[in-house]
Amino acid sequence: MADVIVHIEGLKKYFEPHQSLIQSIGKSGPKKVIKAVDSISFDIVRGEIFGLIGESGSGKTTTGKLVMKLLDPTEGVIEFNNEDVTKLDKAGVIEYRRKVQMIFQDPYASMNPRFKIRDVLEEPLIIHKIGSSFDERQKLIIKALEEVKMMPAEEFMGRYPHMLSGGQRQRVATARTLILNPSLLVADEPVSMIDLSTRAEILAMMKDVQEDLGLSYLYITHDLSTARYFTDRIAVMYLGRIVEMGLADDIIDNPLHPYTQALIQAVPEPNAGNVGVVKELPIFGEIPSPANIPSGCRFHTRCPYAKPECENEAEPELMPAGNGHFHACRRWDQIKRAL
Amino acid sequence: MEKLLNVENLKMHYFTSKGAVRAIDDISFDLLVGETLGLVGESGCGKTSLATSILRMPSPPGRYVSGRIMVEGRDIIPLPEKEIRKNIRWEKISMVFQGAMNCLTPVYTIGKQMLETLNVHKEMPKPEAEALVKEYLGYVGLPPEIMGRYPHELSGGMKQRAVIATALFLKPSIVILDEPTTALDVIVQAQIISLLKKLKAQFNLSFIFITHDLALEAEVADRICVMYAGKIVELGLNGQIFGAQGPAHPYTERLLAATPRLFQKVEKLHFIPGTPPDLIEPPLGCRFNPRCNKAIPRCREEEPPLAEIEPGHMAACWLCNR
Repeated sequence: MADVIVHIEGLKKYFEPHQSLIQSIGKSGPKKVIKAVDSISFDIVRGEIFGLIGESGSGKTTTGKLVMKLLDPTEGVIEFNNEDVTKLDKAGVIEYRRKVQMIFQDPYASMNPRFKIRDVLEEPLIIHKIGSSFDERQKLIIKALEEVKMMPAEEFMGRYPHMLSGGQRQRVATARTLILNPSLLVADEPVSMIDLSTRAEILAMMKDVQEDLGLSYLYITHDLSTARYFTDRIAVMYLGRIVEMGLADDIIDNPLHPYTQALIQAVPEPNAGNVGVVKELPIFGEIPSPANIPSGCRFHTRCPYAKPECENEAEPELMPAGNGHFHACRRWDQIKRAL
Repeated sequence: MEKLLNVENLKMHYFTSKGAVRAIDDISFDLLVGETLGLVGESGCGKTSLATSILRMPSPPGRYVSGRIMVEGRDIIPLPEKEIRKNIRWEKISMVFQGAMNCLTPVYTIGKQMLETLNVHKEMPKPEAEALVKEYLGYVGLPPEIMGRYPHELSGGMKQRAVIATALFLKPSIVILDEPTTALDVIVQAQIISLLKKLKAQFNLSFIFITHDLALEAEVADRICVMYAGKIVELGLNGQIFGAQGPAHPYTERLLAATPRLFQKVEKLHFIPGTPPDLIEPPLGCRFNPRCNKAIPRCREEEPPLAEIEPGHMAACWLCNR
C-alpha cells in the first residue's frame, strides 16, 4: 500500500441558495441545491503531484477549498496522515493549516500591497508562533526566499509587491507557504495569470521545490498541457464528479471517457497546417448548471455517443481499466471501437 | 493580393509624467483581404496599444507621434473624429475587446445594448433593427430570446458570442479580436474559434487576432506577427513560423519552446529569463538583447532592421540578416 497523505472518500459539498422570508413562507417549489462537489473519492500519495482538471463549474476549486478546510463538507471523509480532518477542533485546524498550505491564482491580489516582502513572509510565522526572535525569523525568511531562487534575499525583503513582476510574486507566494514547512500544497491555477514566457519558469521552480523538500501538491487547473508536464496523476472532473483518473501520460495518450477526449481535442497545438480546418469537437453545448444535474450519467446531454441507457440507468461509478486508470463511462469500449 | 489596411512606420507613445513610453515604436505591416493576421507577444509588448491605435482611439495619455494608418488608401490619423465614427469605426473596422464578456453593462439587457450600438450608427425603425439583431444572434448560434436576457444570466461563452455579433452587424471588413478566448475554458475556446472561422468565410472578413498564446495562433492565423517591446521582431507565414524549419528570431524561437505541447512529454519546459524592458528607456541596440542567449556584440550597439530573410518572411535580428 502506497504512503497516502490525503485520502478523500465520498466527499460532497452542496450549497443551498439563500431564500428570503417571503420565499420560505410562500409556496415556492423545492429548493434548488447546488451540488458543487457530488461524491468524489481519491488519494494523494506522499511526494506526488496530483492534478485536478476541469472546466469552470466542475467543482475543482471547491474541492481545493474543502481540502484546505476553507469550506466544511456536506458529507464525506477527508483524511490527512490517516487523521479525519473534518472533526478537528480549533487548535487542530490551526495546526492542520500549517501543514496544508495554498498558493492562490492571482499573485496581484493575494498579498497586502502595504506590506514589504519581509512582512508578507513574517506574518505566517507570527500567526503560527514560529521563531521567537527577530533574528530567528529573519533566518527563516531568507531561507524561504532562497528556496524559490529570489536572490539576493536581503534585497527582495525590502521591496513592496508592486515592485515585483507576476512571476516574482508567485515565487514569494510559494516562499510564504514553504516558510511553515508544510507537507501538502494546494495550488489553484498558480500560473494562469502569468505570462507564457515565465509560466514554465514558475512551474519548474515549483517542481524543484517539490523534489527538494519532498512535498505533495494538489494542482488545480483547466490547462491540460501544463498538467501533463507538471503532474504525476490526473483526475478529470465534470459537474462535481470525477469521470476519469489515472497517470498523466495514460490520461492524455489514452483517454477513455468521452469528456476527457473532448478536452484533449480542444487544446490547440503549436503546429502548422491547422488554419483551414474548422475543428468539430465531439461534445455539444456548454456545461449545465450544477443546480440542475442531468439524470443518469451527468455527461449524457453533451455526449455524442450517448444512448438511452446513459440517461435512464444509474450513474456509472469509477471503473478500473488497469494500471491505476479509472473511468466512469459504461460505453467506453464501444466508443473505443467507433474511433 | 489586395491590401485592406496598411500601417506605415507607426509610432504611438504614452506621454506620462516619467517620460514617453514607446509602446508602438516604428511598426509597419499590412493586412490582406481575407487573411487572419496573428499578433502575438508577452503582456506589455504593445499588442493592445496597436489594436486601439488602428481604431483611432489610443487610450490617454497615448498620442500618435508619426506614421500612417491607411484604410482603403486613406490615412485615418488626421481625420476628424466625426468622420471616423461615421465611416471607419465599426463600419470598416470593429473590435472584440479583451475581457469582452465584462464589457457588457450588467444593468441592461443584451438586446438593449446591441440595439444601442446599432442606433448610434444607423437610423432604423425599431422592428427592423430588432430583426437585424436577431439575425446576427442567429449567426453566432444564439437563440433570439437572448435579447431579453441580462449578462449575468448568460455563460461566458454566450456573452462572448453576443459581443462577436455586436462587432459584426455593421458589416465591417476588418475585425480586431483582442484575446477573444483568454477567459474561457478550453472547450468553449475551441467552439468560439470554430465559430470565428465560419463567420470569417461567411462574411468575407479579415481578422487581426491578438493573443499571447502561440499555440492558438497556429490554429487561426495565416500570418504571424511577433511583437516585442513595441516593435515587430518577426513576421512570417504560418508554415514558416510553425513548420519544420522553425522561427527565425531567437525571441520567437524561445517563446515557442516555452509553449507547452500536450502530446510531447518533455523533461524540462523552457522559459525566457528576465522581464521585458522598460519602454521609457529601452535598451540600446536590439531590444531583446538583455534576454537573448545568442546575442553578439553588435546586438548591443546597433538596432537590427526588420528585413526579409525569405519570401514573405521577415525578422529583425542580426543573426538572421546576413
